[in-house]
Amino acid sequence: MSFLKSIFEKPWDYQGDDPNLSGQEIGESLHPKRIALRMFLAVIFVVFMLFIVAYFIRMELEDWRPMPESNLLWVNTGLLFICSVIMQWTRGAVHKGLQNPVKYGMVASGVITLAFVYGQLSAWEEMNNAGYYLASNPANSFFYVLTGLHGLHILGGLWVWTRATFKVLSGAEVKAIRLSIELCSVYWHFLLLVWLGIFALLSYT
Amino acid sequence: MSYIPIADQTDEMHDPHTFIAKYVWSQDHKVIAIQYGTVAVAVGLVALVLSALMRLQLGFPDSFAFIDPAEYYQYVTMHGMIMVVYLLTALFLGGFGNYLIPLQIGARDMVFPFLNMLSFWFYLVSVIILMASFFIPGGPTGAGWTLYPPQAITAGTPGADGGIMLMLASLAVFIIAFTMGGLNYVTTVLQARTHGMTLMRMPLSVWGIFVATILGLFAFPALFVSAVMMTFDNMLGTSFFMPAMVSLGETLDHTGGGPVLFQHLFWFFGHPEVYIVALPAFGLVSDVLSCHARKNIFGYRMMVWAIVAIGGLSFIVWAHHMYVSGMNPYFGFFFAFTTLIIAVPTAIKVYNWVLTLWEGNIRLTVPMLFACGFIFTFVHGGLTGIFLGNVTVDLPLSDTYFVIAHFHMVMGVSPVMVLFAALYHWFPKMSGKMFNVTLGKIHFWATFFGTYAIYLPMHYLGFLGVPRRYYSMGTTDFIPESANTLNANITMAAIWVAVFQLVFIFNMIWSVWRGKKSDPNPWEATTLEWQTPDNPPCHGNWGAELPTVYRWAYEYSVPGVVDDFVPQNIPAKDVKTVDGSPYIGHED
Repeated sequence: MSFLKSIFEKPWDYQGDDPNLSGQEIGESLHPKRIALRMFLAVIFVVFMLFIVAYFIRMELEDWRPMPESNLLWVNTGLLFICSVIMQWTRGAVHKGLQNPVKYGMVASGVITLAFVYGQLSAWEEMNNAGYYLASNPANSFFYVLTGLHGLHILGGLWVWTRATFKVLSGAEVKAIRLSIELCSVYWHFLLLVWLGIFALLSYT
Repeated sequence: MSYIPIADQTDEMHDPHTFIAKYVWSQDHKVIAIQYGTVAVAVGLVALVLSALMRLQLGFPDSFAFIDPAEYYQYVTMHGMIMVVYLLTALFLGGFGNYLIPLQIGARDMVFPFLNMLSFWFYLVSVIILMASFFIPGGPTGAGWTLYPPQAITAGTPGADGGIMLMLASLAVFIIAFTMGGLNYVTTVLQARTHGMTLMRMPLSVWGIFVATILGLFAFPALFVSAVMMTFDNMLGTSFFMPAMVSLGETLDHTGGGPVLFQHLFWFFGHPEVYIVALPAFGLVSDVLSCHARKNIFGYRMMVWAIVAIGGLSFIVWAHHMYVSGMNPYFGFFFAFTTLIIAVPTAIKVYNWVLTLWEGNIRLTVPMLFACGFIFTFVHGGLTGIFLGNVTVDLPLSDTYFVIAHFHMVMGVSPVMVLFAALYHWFPKMSGKMFNVTLGKIHFWATFFGTYAIYLPMHYLGFLGVPRRYYSMGTTDFIPESANTLNANITMAAIWVAVFQLVFIFNMIWSVWRGKKSDPNPWEATTLEWQTPDNPPCHGNWGAELPTVYRWAYEYSVPGVVDDFVPQNIPAKDVKTVDGSPYIGHED
């Protein structure tokens, strides 16, 4: 609410020579990368929201034929959830300054994320083999586009993960990579939430 | 306090030494700004030539054999898209955003310089992809800048073979570039302000750019999403937007998609886009007006709130572009209502600009002329917007030249007036040289009267019912011969304006090369960028120490003070007063 407070300031009043005005101090927790990541997550959220709105509008048109659900998606959801938990655990280990658990945590979460990506591709294959092609119905098109877009965001995260893990494995100080690991974990939690949203949408419609 | 180290990145003090690091792969926000600006102006010139070609066809149909209908539509499309996205958005945010944000808030650079550099190079790639579409078989897309499916990707539309794909790809790359830049601008404004620079001490330029960037970050995804779905429809045969249809006697594979869905997505981007361009213009013009009127901006707080309010409202008015697409009347009522509400904060801004001029000590410099020109053209375009915001008035006028006139007054000429005002205003800081004032004034009067000569008669053509989008009017009962004469005159005015832009280009290039050296603060302005130790500012902007800010950006003509301006970074004890008494700012 300090934002609201500050836009009610009257800057034309004489405010003296002390530059340290209240309302300008920014706490340690707001590293610029954190702000940027939050904004970025908001942008990604808008992208998915727009797809979902389009999904609902397109669903109303008469040629929509709902797609069956692949059981594999439940397994994948579980994988992504485990991944998020490990990330959180790694983040805790970083806070305690533990070198080895951080290594294991990072490697494990990355491997499981790759397993998730593989699982999603298998779900695509399963659907394709069952005759639910991308272009045969708008419901299918949305299934492939939404899962694909989510997968691309996961891959983007993995790129950052690779850089962080590389640093961890090459013996960097835990302190030096604390921020990257925290940001990775936030991103993974966010993508888990997005996936749960998509999965719920695909399951219930 | 941790924000000062963010503003004061000491590694910015180390100058890059090689030519390439300094001017090509530069991470310095000032160089990136100039790179952005140069590319935007260059691509804008292409769009200007396209508009001249369009006008030649419209003014003198049947005289130019080399313009066939397909090419005409390609000119229309490319002119629109280049001007709106690749010129205005890129120049206001990539150009002025990059240049002014760190300088006006007192930072050494953007918080993520590398990302900033990437943003420019992605932008350049998007421009190259777009320009490449001129050279492929079939040429660029001719679907109109709104790219409505199904016709945008159906055989028979110019550029349906490849042009449309390059357009969508280019837009996607542009959006990625914008997102990288935008995250940077927002974070920099929030986190890298110097000592004493509270949000409400920021110049309005920064406020306009800041809010416009947030709009862009949330509006461009809609364009991205629609571009992705249209690409799928075109390349992979999906039916997101494509209805079942027969094209050239053949039944297409698509089934029941929703073209109106595309329109909603497009305009959910398209309307905020208007304000992505307008808000930085509002901000920049406020600073220019206040400085050259030697008077504080009238109603600073209201100006900030109006920028924020317009930004918020701009997300709930999009369907006023779709009255003619057919919609539930309650929808139309809602969108007409929200559209007219936007007139309130906008009118507050206009009144405040005029009241800033009221009893000011006006200096009619070149930037000031353009800023005043903006007030005229903006009021003009804004008033016709109130006509078109009403459903019942819009329906008969929507497909006529009235819309062309409204749109170009409010979103073409007005922001361009501000761009020129800002370019002339900050040119001495960017280059360290002064431009030629006489040429600048010639440029202003030719542009101002010329654009009026183009767009004022178009309102009349619109009332007559002359349709827009037509390649050639042919003969009809309701268009009198005099309308054709008027059209020819509009074309002459358009050519005139286009030619006089060369005066501007020449002035800029000549002045950088041979211009007189400029004072560090030629306009006697208060904001931080004019107080840099070097002119133009060197890498790292501020020398050894960051400036400290003691007041807002509009301390002009304070009674009892020797100079008629008090820079933001001069402590009160150093301000000279006429009678030697301590300086206490304006008295209420």
